[in-house]
Amino acid sequence: MSNLVEGATGSWEVVIGLEIHAQVSSQSKLFSGAATAFGAEPNSQVSLVDAGMPGMLPVINEMAIEQAVRSGLGLNAKINNYSVFDRKNYFYADLPQGYQISQYLQPIVGEGVVTVELEDGATAHIGIERLHLEQDAGKLIHDQHPRKSHVDLNRSGIALMEIVSKPDMRSAAEAGAYVRKVRAILRYLGTCDGNMEQGSMRADVNVSVRRPGEDLGTRAEIKNVNSIRFMQQAIHYETTRQIDVIEGGGTVDQETRQFDAPTGTTRPMRTKEEAHDYRYFPDPDLLPLEFSDDFVAQIRATLPELPDAKKRRYMDELGLSAHDAAVLVSDRDIALFYEAVSEGRDAKIVANWVQGDLFGQLAKAELDIADSPVSANQLGGLIDLISDQTISGKIAKDVLEIMFESGQDAAAIVAEKGLKQVTDSGAIEGEVDKVIAANPDKVAEFQSGKDKILGWFVGQIMQATKGKANPKMVNQLLRDKLKG
Amino acid sequence: MAALTDLGIAQARDLLAKGEMSSRELTAAHVEAMAEASILNAMVTELPEHALTMADASDARRASGTTGSLEGIPLAIKDLFCTKGILTTAGSHILDGFTPPYESTVSANLWQAGAVMLGKTNMDEFAMGSSNETSYFGPVQNPWRREGDNQALVPGGSSGGSATAVAGRFAMGATATDTGGSIRQPAAFTGTVGCKPTYGRCSRWGVVAFASSLDQAGPITRDVRDNAIMLGAMAGYDPKDSTSADVPLPDFEAALSGDIRGLKIGVPKEYVLDGMPGEIEVLWQQGIGWLREAGAEIVDISLPHTKYALPAYYIVAPAEASSNLARYDGVRFGLREEGADLTEMYENTRAAGFGAEVRRRVLIGTYVLSAGYYDAYYLKAQKIRRLIAQDFRDVYETVDAILTPSAPSAAFPFGDKADDPIAMYLNDVFTVPANLAGLPGISVPAGLSAEGLPLGLQILAPAFDEETMFRVAGVVEEAANFTARPEQWWKSPS
Repeated sequence: MSNLVEGATGSWEVVIGLEIHAQVSSQSKLFSGAATAFGAEPNSQVSLVDAGMPGMLPVINEMAIEQAVRSGLGLNAKINNYSVFDRKNYFYADLPQGYQISQYLQPIVGEGVVTVELEDGATAHIGIERLHLEQDAGKLIHDQHPRKSHVDLNRSGIALMEIVSKPDMRSAAEAGAYVRKVRAILRYLGTCDGNMEQGSMRADVNVSVRRPGEDLGTRAEIKNVNSIRFMQQAIHYETTRQIDVIEGGGTVDQETRQFDAPTGTTRPMRTKEEAHDYRYFPDPDLLPLEFSDDFVAQIRATLPELPDAKKRRYMDELGLSAHDAAVLVSDRDIALFYEAVSEGRDAKIVANWVQGDLFGQLAKAELDIADSPVSANQLGGLIDLISDQTISGKIAKDVLEIMFESGQDAAAIVAEKGLKQVTDSGAIEGEVDKVIAANPDKVAEFQSGKDKILGWFVGQIMQATKGKANPKMVNQLLRDKLKG
Repeated sequence: MAALTDLGIAQARDLLAKGEMSSRELTAAHVEAMAEASILNAMVTELPEHALTMADASDARRASGTTGSLEGIPLAIKDLFCTKGILTTAGSHILDGFTPPYESTVSANLWQAGAVMLGKTNMDEFAMGSSNETSYFGPVQNPWRREGDNQALVPGGSSGGSATAVAGRFAMGATATDTGGSIRQPAAFTGTVGCKPTYGRCSRWGVVAFASSLDQAGPITRDVRDNAIMLGAMAGYDPKDSTSADVPLPDFEAALSGDIRGLKIGVPKEYVLDGMPGEIEVLWQQGIGWLREAGAEIVDISLPHTKYALPAYYIVAPAEASSNLARYDGVRFGLREEGADLTEMYENTRAAGFGAEVRRRVLIGTYVLSAGYYDAYYLKAQKIRRLIAQDFRDVYETVDAILTPSAPSAAFPFGDKADDPIAMYLNDVFTVPANLAGLPGISVPAGLSAEGLPLGLQILAPAFDEETMFRVAGVVEEAANFTARPEQWWKSPS
């Protein structure tokens, strides 16, 4: 598939690299014991260290190191047993120390690779340049006072992993697939909740364009994009903008830009009067971060089955199609749900129910699978009722809808509403005889070779039995009698 | 009994233990002496009532049978140590009104050991200076004066207030910090004993940072034994400081055996400076003689990269300082000078809050870390630093300790070097290498200059071998028999 974009003067290739900032799932901050819960009262989760008080010193949170290593392993990346924390120096009111502690020349995780799947089933390998740990800054609040800004330091010092990709993506679709895949991996690992709305994951998007085969063009960096849809809009806008600039005889400026969601456009961030010189140097308050191969091995031993491996297993062992497997492993919660339901049941039937009717209901209600009103157990119960022929698949769809509304178990609904399937062949036979007797013309059509009319007969009988007749038995009886 | 303010810590400890005096009596005597010495400007904050309350609490603890290693001993605290609920200034206007809600680990350790706080001592602003002239609260006067001369002299710096409080006999000991010599040089200038222990021996938590990789707390006292006692109470592993060393804390006082027979003492040829007063060279030779007589073997050694230490120091220390001082921005605490916008508020606050020397070092530090200069300055300085540390490691293969002068001169008059930063920086030439290498060093008063001013000798030791450092220092102290003391000219004749 070609990803080229047509401009007025020919084809262009867009080149995308991403810096994903993922908040480390951890009870406490990167260098202090303060809490990290989302939505707390302003400045209620701030330690003396986070506030940059005189004489306060950072102490690394071991949990954050483990999480970074875990993430690195999940991204198939090189783990650096020796890494260094640096200070990135700049002044801003949300940065109490006057510097951000980050990792510059020697990050904790080096090169890796993530395999993404595109809509058309093709796969792309996106390189990871590095993953490093750094502190988040606080937040400025501008709407509390006519002249002054307020500072909330709850986020100050929260541990972030910055995951830097290589400039390996060639379309907004690829970039979207990459972010989804990285988010899925981190969620499987439990190292980041991936919640973009709450800011626990956001991305800086580097976009440039070039003629196919030529060297990389000048890139613009779109800062702090907090949804995949926005990111894709920004890439589309930026691609067109840059092509227009170049085709109009101009040059693209290397600059940071801001995405404006209401208009779907990007614009230059307020130009700083001077170029930033961050004066990185190793933080003398922290020793270099060193750990043993054993430490890494111990973490590796606790890694869960990750999406790629899980997908292979679903295909090889459970016989699912590539598409079904991909959908079910795309999110850890979905996979866990699916596995809970399919335990001891027909894997394919369960796959159909989960990604068919259940997803349909969830989408309608705008719910995530974690918030599904129908639990895995309950869905399993419903499928069991189909398997043991208590209800038909068609009735089951209605039952699921009621389950979704009421939260009741399938069996209770079936009993309460009298939906139990009619498997008494005598009763069904009676209905079949009635329909045949009433429609001699249709019978003649069937007997003249028009097989398809059988479906009409089935429909009549299902209507008469309010859908409760066992469809298999209806079919069988009809065939026998009509042929007679 | 001698005047209470003439007692050393060890003597007072014994008298307190025997019940021959109370901490309240001892503390009251020092509180009174401190008030009388106010003209020396050694204190930023005097805490007479706080001290007496602490003394009473100490006496009560003693009565109930619990005593710490410094039980009832009145001490002064350098104003770089954050003290809970008590103004902490770092000698700077920018910390205007700053009262920390926390106590530094080192001072907390002292209170845990039963010590009493007399007040906070004056110092060069953010510990940047060698004469105490950069303090926002004005210079500290050295208790010592030249013979037959009333001209005021600097006490050295940056811990000039601490050294003066101890030399002037209104504190039995004082905490200090040493980034390039700020304990040892003022100790040498005031005839006191000042020790900078191994980097990592004392926690830096709650100590206002100057240059994090060099800063180390230590005690100033009137003799070596007191110094060993006080360091023992200050030191110890602190998980709140990632650079604090998790190593056993020896009984430093027990190391004072007086026996240095068979020890090898290195004498580095690079510590002879052009233009150094002859009397310092003479004193050094005397020290060598004392150690030899005590049974040590003197070994000529070379520390070849010594001459690069001072320039490397004046790159590394300002670099770290430029970053450490970024937090003084007027946003959360201390001084704020309003401006039209955030940037202007920063500029106004920092221009008004920092003195000339601090501004100079922030500028130097910012420069050496800047893109295009980092490799030529900061990176090169770090390489030199490693070479200097290697020099020491090499010589400590063969020697147990090193003997050098503490400073290249005796105390000098105010203003002498205030306009010449390079001349001022040269004060640290003998002390800086130990900071760059993270090694322990101590200055012991060893004699008087021709003008009657104290001169010190410095003993350096391998990392975490303060015991050898103290043992050798004790021998130098005994041989030097330094009994001179400054006239207490500031006291009204009684």
